[in-house]
Amino acid sequence: MKAFLILEDGTVFEGTSIGADKEVISEIVFNTSMTGYLEVLTDPSYAGQAVVMTYPLIGNYGITPDMESAQPWPDGYIVRELSRMPSNFRCQGSIQDFLIQHDIPGIAGIDTRALTKILREKGTMNGMITTNEKFRLEEILPRLKEYVTGAVVDKVTCSDSYQLNGKGKKVALMDFGAKRNIARALHDRGCEVTVYPARTKAEEILSGEPDGIMLTNGPGDPKDCGEIIQEIRKLYESDKPIFAICLGHQLMALATGANTYKMKYGHRGGNHPVKDLETGRVYISSQNHGYVVDAEHLDPSVAVPAFVNVNDGTNEGLKYIGKNIFTVQFHPEACPGPQDSGYLFDRFIKMMGGNQ
Amino acid sequence: MPKNQEIKKVLVIGSGPIVIGQAAEFDYAGTQACRSLKEEGVEVVLVNSNPATIMTDKDIADQVYIEPLTTKILEKIILKERPDSVLPTLGGQAGLNLGMELSESGFLEKHNVKLIGTTAETIFKAEDRQAFKDTMEKIGEPCAASQVVHNVEDGIAFTNTIGYPVVLRPAYTLGGSGGGIAHNETELVDILTNGLRLSRVGEVLVERCIAGWKEIEYEVMRDAAGNCITVCNMENVDPVGVHTGDSIVVAPSQTLGDKEYQMLRTSALNIISELNITGGCNVQYALHPDSFEYCVIEVNPRVSRSSALASKATGYPIAKVAAKIALGYTLDEIKNAITGKTYASFEPMLDYCVVKVPRLPFDKFITAKRTLTTQMKATGEVMSICTNFEGALMKAIRSLEQHVDGMRSYDFSQLSSKELRKQLEKVDDRRIWAIAEALRKNISYDEIHEITKIDCWFIDKIAILVEMEERLEKEALTLDLLKEAKRLEFPDKEIAKLTGKTEEEIRELRYANGITAAFKMVDTCAAEFAAQTPYYYSCFGSENEASGAKERKKVLILGSGPIRIGQGIEFDYCSVHCTWAFAKEGYETIIVNNNPETVSTDFDIADKLYFEPLTPEDVENIVRLEQPDGAVVQFGGQTAIKLTESLMKMGVPILGTKAEDVDMAEDRELFDKILEQTQIPRAAGGTVFTAQEAKEVANRLGYPVLVRPSYVLGGQGMQIAYSDQEIEEFMEIINRIAQDHPILVDKYLQGKEIEVDAVCDGTDILIPGIMEHIERTGVHSGDSISVYPAPTIGEKVKDKIVEYTWRLARALHVVGLINIQFIAMEDEVYVIEVNPRSSRTVPYISKVTGIPIVDLAARVIIGNTLKGMGYPVGLAPEADYVAIKMPVFSFEKLRGAEISLGPEMKSTGECLGIGKSFDEALYKAFLGAGVQLPKHKQMIMTVKDADKPEALEVAKRFEALGYKIYATRSTAKYLEAGGVKARRINKITQESPNVMDLILGHKIDMVIDTPTQGRDKNRDGFLIRRNAIETGVYCMTAMDTANALAESLEHAKEDDKLNLIDIAKVKNIT
Repeated sequence: MKAFLILEDGTVFEGTSIGADKEVISEIVFNTSMTGYLEVLTDPSYAGQAVVMTYPLIGNYGITPDMESAQPWPDGYIVRELSRMPSNFRCQGSIQDFLIQHDIPGIAGIDTRALTKILREKGTMNGMITTNEKFRLEEILPRLKEYVTGAVVDKVTCSDSYQLNGKGKKVALMDFGAKRNIARALHDRGCEVTVYPARTKAEEILSGEPDGIMLTNGPGDPKDCGEIIQEIRKLYESDKPIFAICLGHQLMALATGANTYKMKYGHRGGNHPVKDLETGRVYISSQNHGYVVDAEHLDPSVAVPAFVNVNDGTNEGLKYIGKNIFTVQFHPEACPGPQDSGYLFDRFIKMMGGNQ
Repeated sequence: MPKNQEIKKVLVIGSGPIVIGQAAEFDYAGTQACRSLKEEGVEVVLVNSNPATIMTDKDIADQVYIEPLTTKILEKIILKERPDSVLPTLGGQAGLNLGMELSESGFLEKHNVKLIGTTAETIFKAEDRQAFKDTMEKIGEPCAASQVVHNVEDGIAFTNTIGYPVVLRPAYTLGGSGGGIAHNETELVDILTNGLRLSRVGEVLVERCIAGWKEIEYEVMRDAAGNCITVCNMENVDPVGVHTGDSIVVAPSQTLGDKEYQMLRTSALNIISELNITGGCNVQYALHPDSFEYCVIEVNPRVSRSSALASKATGYPIAKVAAKIALGYTLDEIKNAITGKTYASFEPMLDYCVVKVPRLPFDKFITAKRTLTTQMKATGEVMSICTNFEGALMKAIRSLEQHVDGMRSYDFSQLSSKELRKQLEKVDDRRIWAIAEALRKNISYDEIHEITKIDCWFIDKIAILVEMEERLEKEALTLDLLKEAKRLEFPDKEIAKLTGKTEEEIRELRYANGITAAFKMVDTCAAEFAAQTPYYYSCFGSENEASGAKERKKVLILGSGPIRIGQGIEFDYCSVHCTWAFAKEGYETIIVNNNPETVSTDFDIADKLYFEPLTPEDVENIVRLEQPDGAVVQFGGQTAIKLTESLMKMGVPILGTKAEDVDMAEDRELFDKILEQTQIPRAAGGTVFTAQEAKEVANRLGYPVLVRPSYVLGGQGMQIAYSDQEIEEFMEIINRIAQDHPILVDKYLQGKEIEVDAVCDGTDILIPGIMEHIERTGVHSGDSISVYPAPTIGEKVKDKIVEYTWRLARALHVVGLINIQFIAMEDEVYVIEVNPRSSRTVPYISKVTGIPIVDLAARVIIGNTLKGMGYPVGLAPEADYVAIKMPVFSFEKLRGAEISLGPEMKSTGECLGIGKSFDEALYKAFLGAGVQLPKHKQMIMTVKDADKPEALEVAKRFEALGYKIYATRSTAKYLEAGGVKARRINKITQESPNVMDLILGHKIDMVIDTPTQGRDKNRDGFLIRRNAIETGVYCMTAMDTANALAESLEHAKEDDKLNLIDIAKVKNIT
């Protein structure tokens, strides 16, 4: 069946329908990872977005147990080619069936490079995936322009808190749409991890007397999380060791007076170099963000840059002055992507007084 | 870290002659590195014995030594030039070994010279088997169970503890030389004995066999601050068991999930960090197909063939970055030259699929075993890029120029399903075609996988191609079907064949419906950032992003494709220099080529690079977009020449010598007319199509005769026939491939073979020098030892050669280069053949005369005259030194290949000996070719009757040199009668001890064995030659070569008394 991808700027791509047969409007973003399409699909940070994979051959190893959450989150999936025969010893099914099962529409057979270039030049924009051949641009384009992602954290956070048992440090993890590997990375280091829904009050978290607090990744514009930011401010003032990733990093920045802004087309992929300003070392990182902390206007008495992106100089991490708080924009938990910055979890254990 | 200011002058070690396992990739790496060093203001001293390379040009390095790569010579160069550092990581294994030896002996330390790019400790840890194993164990990286052995007994004992099969890997060898898989004790003893001999340190690793696992490679970079990145990973379609150089390789990996991908990536970073490598490194893994178990196979702590491939596949210039790291820079300080925005400290992301296919030499060595093992056999490779795997594979196979355009090109349809299953078990270069046939015969994916261990994902891709063939055959050709076939990169020719239409019809149908190729950019970043470097590949069904806009005059330069015997790196040298010359004259330059190992496919050589197959259709796609003002075909070997007619049909003017004049030289009858008109004699002959006609001509001329197809390079298919029976045999072989042109039968003249290259501007010619071959006619010019200036011919002959060259160049209206081979007999000069284009000897003669003839030819093509450029005409004055080009062979890599020299070329590379005298040059040439004698001062002679008088003279010379001579019965008898004390030995078929025992006893320096007649039918001779080669005994099959070697040994000097000549200081005649 034919499918169409219609962009806010009027560009139309014709391809083949994959996944669910339904129409969707979403924000179109691209990811440059060559492996890890399943981790991308199941990363809750993609809620409210449709993802284009720039690597043209997707689904080669099918669906494996490597899911970063219980389900896929993107509104739509855009690829050049889906493998008709996934092959891997852990393969449990095809992407095609997975998308159908989770009611996610998609499009294949389009020139994803041409699409990526449009997004690069004009910036992230909204788009529609439809199988309706009789679409009318003049009717669709205003709808695309109107569309806003909105507050999506509530959609992806867990409904109740739960615990991963461990004998080491007690970590309270605030789930804004956490990838599983964040909790797993801590658990693997012996931590007892209690996962809290995003709307949990600071008091409740602190009453559990954790040794440290982990703020996770999540979807959407950080400024849409006003109430959560207020709770984070309280956590900031608690003097607990805090480690934050991605959205968690942005929320902590907003909670302490810094600003965030939307990037032209964000960073999504597994090849971004980030420099640890303390050691001068450069690490290749996994990234997925469309917003970034404005490092130009930081209050140096509150926080200073700890990591910077080597390519474009944007902020990749903050160190909080007089606090045991450390936050990064990239994803040390990897999955997908390089594991180079996994040492940051060890650093967090140390911040909590552990021996790792 | 900024640049280390203490590094001011660096000695870069090249990799020497091209041999299987060490080819053009090191010229690419070395050239890129030298340019990168010079860019930083560092003075570069270069040493490489290979004159065909671009790196040995004076514009690439400040001082250039084309000298034998031995530690003695290197020490001499270091003492003369006083560099502060030596960079050994860009010259392949040869360079690394030399760096290691210089360091181990304490020489570097004594003279206060640093090894940069790596340390001796790093080389030791990565290359020494035990040290490597210990290092891996220390950081918890698994290796297959293994043990280093120094003798056969230990090898057997260890294998008995881990069980057969086992893999054998000799330490410090090239391309897995001498390695293999042993399935039983006999094989173990055989391979191990050979491996121990080939290893520089006499050690071999015996290892658990992990054949059938996935073979995955990572290219990693690290700087001195400890920052690491992976440039690329690659997956071998052929699982472990086939040398990666002989495997079909895809980048990035296709069947690995992120978990496997990152697991191995992390491992590779841990390894490069532990080995403390600064620069590039290649790590090879075996990954269990059904678990996360993996083993580290090997680490190369240097730039390698795989890194050249990774550079071209991603656009990331590994050698350039490695050179900068050697100077002290960190990755985040080095700009990404492709984007101009980002830095070298990132990982390239591909938004396309790259396939590499090896170019194997079985068309040249028909007796060699086609089986692919851990011993590399490929002479070169092609790479292709597409948005899908199927398309990339289709583009790659047609780039091979081996008459393979699709999945039916090797025909296995006659085999029954049972026979086909047997065929699948054979691991050879035709395996994917056997799989295609198996799929047609409905053998299941699982069964094919079970036999071949090739991942089902790849099998499915072959199935997609097979299905498309069937659809094209059976269905009506709708536009949708045509689009899909083109998306899979079916060439029009193949579609035409399958649909029963003509190629023109298919093309017209496509053009009428806008089904045309689009070009996409290789930008290292999957379009995330705008890129500046125009490096393109084609695909169908996409938006074109290459602009054909024209601001200046545009020239299309066609490259020479994969390296093969007969068409080597020389033509890349010519293509690159041609490109530079046109650029200097203000042209916009466009290169089309498909060889990832070469300098010409580096992204900053031409204004635009199209990484594409060199077929008429693929070139036409580019022509339609670019509309060049002309194309240059005379520098890209036969590959480019073959495209002439098609280019003319496309309306592209051929710059330089006209196509009809090229034809004139190739077409026998037309050429005879030219010779008549110019009054130049040649050997009598005729043109034929059938064996019957050939026999008639041969009998008219009288045997022996030379039989060869026209329009070939490297004497492919050329033979000397001594009888009707041989004519029949040779004609049958030649006619196996349909011949568009007649076959030539000439009277065979035995005289001195002379070769010239000349530039002609349409009026005047310039001959930089006359080269004379040491071997008489009958040995292919590429396999002959070639001497400049010609030592034995008189002025009269020289004058004739100059005169004839001028007449021929004028008669053929040559504008550009011309190469002519002559035979000189007494004072008579005959023409053998004329090639109005660049030749194999062009780089050699340019370098030793200091006359840049490619540059001159290109400028002549643009419209300059020799006189106008300030050059004298005629024969340039002779140099006051002697330069000798020595062929280098790779026979030991090709089991079963016939080594005797003849009219068909067999060498893979060459080296240069340059000296103040003939003897010195000759000695250096032998030394550079790896002939380091004497050792045991024992030799074997077994020659045919006709050679006996000369053999006697040769024997006397060697006897005088102190050699003990063994000879088979009749040779011994003749030698004894002539007063040489020859020791008689039994033939192979006779009882022990016989000649074979002697060879296998490792006490023989050389064998002189002249084949009995024409082609050797004597199984004895063949076995003697093969065994000599495989046990490392120098083997000669021509009396002239033997005399030359005697000459060189008679005048051998202590290596440190040899004179060094800086090629960069050779004066140009203007």
